[in-house]
Amino acid sequence: MIQAVAFYLFAAIVVLSAAMVITARNPVHSVLWLILAFFNAAGLMVLVGAEFIAMLLVIVYVGAVAVLFLFVVMMLDIDFAELRAGFVKYLPIGVVLAVGLAAEILIGVGAWSAGGIELSTRIAPIDAAVPNIEAIGRLLYTRYLLVFEGAGLVLLVAMIGAIVLTHRERTGVIKQNIARQVARRSKDAIRKVNQPVGQGVEL
Amino acid sequence: MIGLHHYLTVGAILFALGVMGIFLNRKNLIVILMAIELILLAVNINLVAFSAFLGDLVGQVFAMFVLTVAAGEAAIGLAILVIYFRGRGNIAVDDANRMKG
Repeated sequence: MIQAVAFYLFAAIVVLSAAMVITARNPVHSVLWLILAFFNAAGLMVLVGAEFIAMLLVIVYVGAVAVLFLFVVMMLDIDFAELRAGFVKYLPIGVVLAVGLAAEILIGVGAWSAGGIELSTRIAPIDAAVPNIEAIGRLLYTRYLLVFEGAGLVLLVAMIGAIVLTHRERTGVIKQNIARQVARRSKDAIRKVNQPVGQGVEL
Repeated sequence: MIGLHHYLTVGAILFALGVMGIFLNRKNLIVILMAIELILLAVNINLVAFSAFLGDLVGQVFAMFVLTVAAGEAAIGLAILVIYFRGRGNIAVDDANRMKG
């Protein structure tokens, strides 16, 4: 009973806040609604026993991606009123397409429930005795090690790409040239002079 | 009793809302990126639900990979958004026609 109540609560909040994300007037509000949606999706995942993914969702999305969105929204100087233009114009086609896609998915679910595809073997059966995080760790570092390293590579490429894209060379500012600094030797910089007494120093 | 269908329905609604968001916010690239995040969240909910109800852990592992790609996509997308805004002063996707595609 409490499970059903929790499910309907989380599901309702997820759907409502997702609707607010796409209809909010101010993009800052959209980001905040997105955070709410992710929190409640994490709640949905905890309900079925996927704690690791739920915590990952909170850490990665709420902690990193949403803050990134907030930074960008606040950094750009945009006229928010102008952004709403065309909302009504595109409403019909958007609704038609969305309802069509949702209906297709629901038809698929209905067909699946009529005569489900029975999986003969489970690749990694869930063992109730092993905690979720431990089981995922075991699977991740053995069977899916290569894919896991590929995921790390994807993150590296994304990081370098984001830096390269947004990096801007400014002209007219004095900057430290590290290569020149490192290449400098004492014999280039220091001159030994045997200075005779009584004569001025030549600079 | 809450079953797989309930989760799949939530996933379907969330996916549809994400697709609708892409169409409704043609003037605002940021909200389009957020709608893409919603779509990926719907996919993750489906993966985790199937994983839990069919008793196979692989779905959760792949949900993690989807999460990784989504984070990378958000970073690159926002970087492109920033340089797009720097060059043009707005973020309307309707006006993105410099390449005459």
